[in-house]
Amino acid sequence: MARLTLIAAALVVAAGTATAAEAPKAPSHDWGFQGIFGSYDRAALRRGYQVYAEVCAGCHSLRLVAYRNLMEIGFTEDEVTEIASEFEVLDGPDDEGEMFTRPAKAADYFVPPFPNDNAARFANNGSLPPDLSLITKARKGGPDYLYALLTGYREEPPEGFQMMDGMVYNDYFPGHQISMPQPLFEDMVEYADGTPATVDQMSEDVTVFLAWAGSPELEARKSLGIKVLLFTIVLTAMLYALKRRIWADVH
Amino acid sequence: MTKPQWNNGLVRWIDDRMPIFTLMHHELVDYPTPKNFNYWWNFGSLAGIVLVIMIVTGIFLAMSYTPHVDYAFESVERIVRDVNYGWLLRYLHMNGGSIFFIVVYIHLFRGLYYGSYKAPRELLWILGVLIIIVMMATAFMGYVLPWGQMSFWAATVITNLFSAVPVFGEAIVTWLWGGFSVDNPTLNRFFSFHYLLPFVLFALVFLHLWALHVHKSNNPLGIDVKGPQDTIPFSPYYTIKDLFGLGVLMVFYLFFVFFAPDFFGEPDNYIKADPLVTPTHIVPEWYFLPYYAILRAIPDKLGGVVAMFGSILILLILPWLDRSKVRSARFRPIYKQFFWILVVDCFVLGWIGAKPPEGIYITIGRIATAYYFLHFLVIIPLISMVERPKPLPESISTAVTKGGAAVKEAT
Repeated sequence: MARLTLIAAALVVAAGTATAAEAPKAPSHDWGFQGIFGSYDRAALRRGYQVYAEVCAGCHSLRLVAYRNLMEIGFTEDEVTEIASEFEVLDGPDDEGEMFTRPAKAADYFVPPFPNDNAARFANNGSLPPDLSLITKARKGGPDYLYALLTGYREEPPEGFQMMDGMVYNDYFPGHQISMPQPLFEDMVEYADGTPATVDQMSEDVTVFLAWAGSPELEARKSLGIKVLLFTIVLTAMLYALKRRIWADVH
Repeated sequence: MTKPQWNNGLVRWIDDRMPIFTLMHHELVDYPTPKNFNYWWNFGSLAGIVLVIMIVTGIFLAMSYTPHVDYAFESVERIVRDVNYGWLLRYLHMNGGSIFFIVVYIHLFRGLYYGSYKAPRELLWILGVLIIIVMMATAFMGYVLPWGQMSFWAATVITNLFSAVPVFGEAIVTWLWGGFSVDNPTLNRFFSFHYLLPFVLFALVFLHLWALHVHKSNNPLGIDVKGPQDTIPFSPYYTIKDLFGLGVLMVFYLFFVFFAPDFFGEPDNYIKADPLVTPTHIVPEWYFLPYYAILRAIPDKLGGVVAMFGSILILLILPWLDRSKVRSARFRPIYKQFFWILVVDCFVLGWIGAKPPEGIYITIGRIATAYYFLHFLVIIPLISMVERPKPLPESISTAVTKGGAAVKEAT
């Protein structure tokens, strides 16, 4: 019984903080992968990968994505092998029973920046940088929220807003106090395709990349969906015609 | 009903020894069905088909799913990412749960409106209520399997409800968990039950159909079938009507599967379960929201649990709470209005269930909960005493032919 009271109390408290932590709804952004014909912009995916690899990957893992998956978004096999080989993974045991490290292969999953959560917390002032594999699906507002968060940093909190130590003000983070400092600054990366690396541009690109990381099946899903729905609608219309005909002698 | 003649020798041989083909012919083809069904009568067969879809997709999902706290979340993602058409299986199954509840709730309210629970169909109704209860248990345990944050915390909150049982509460909860918290043994047994219960459901559906086929279907007029002029054979008339209804449902269902697979879900369930982090707002799936509102409306924990389970169990005695001999709400002017108030009340409960329990929401939740029980325990018995039903038509065929434009006399 005491346990239930505890849970109930936790619920009430949690619900209370939820309202207190209300953040403004992220403005909706026009994403090419939304809508029934949506697909990922290949150039944005490539740029987005670059932003992830050069900036986010310093702290954030992407555990559910394998290097081989990059081939689905236009990287060549050689590029993927090269990207993977920059990372070391633990393998083994070998014939002598020893564990050893080797360069990562295309079949390996993205190597996380920290060996475990404790190490990640230790390096990040006590907070754990979340894994980004599903980040656009795991937050209310999805890609809109992620984009708003990345572009929603302010150097100074509004007047009278009490900040905790080591926290940064963000317009869209629930409660406005986020422990991740502003990650993106102008010209932080140099895009191979010459696109100017503004904060907006990088935020948009990395959001597209992470949306793909979360829903790599999206394009296959939508293209099959259109065919299946068209088929089902036509079939249903024909069933309706048949129904009318069969029922003609009853009415 | 004449005995069908079989042309195929093998069929004839089998049927002579075990008349399964004759049985199926009588129950699915010849089967006399009232000729005046409206489209609300489609939802029973739709529910059966959705159950089959759930079982089939579930069997294939289970082939690639790992019921272990360290791997469950990743194995589900692996199904979506690496199993051939795994995303399709998963989204069919995940959205199929919501579709199942939509269909079954409509089927239930159809029964309420047209008095399908009344004599001689009380047992049919009771079996239906049992089906919903088993469905809810199945859905709850299935939701735990992906082992996301909502899975874990829903399991924690719901299993903890049993701690409200006097004396044995704590022991029951430990027993349910297989340990001292929601952990690997809990996940394992939930997987086991989630695989078992759909087959129990299947058996209950069979009994539900058996009971149905004894006194046959109710109909929108709620009056008994007087003779063959009131019925048409199930096939082809209702097979084609059900197929058309199935097509419409599939368009609706598949739209979500292909274009908005996460529409009914909570974003938090894409975060792996973490016993140390409580989500800011624990909410059940939409189909449990009304019960959740009732649970929280009662200030006493045991009372809340009793009210929550009572809200569905009360349906078991509905056939005896409603004393009116008239079935269909079409001829019950007062009942009809209160039926719609109950529908609104259920939506209000669902809305409150999604809101944090604070301020005005608590008050609204309590009023809506009180009204829910008032409807069944007081209003329904009262109406059946004071209401003067409209005159019933003589028979289905007179009601159907009267006033219908360009009517041909049906066979």
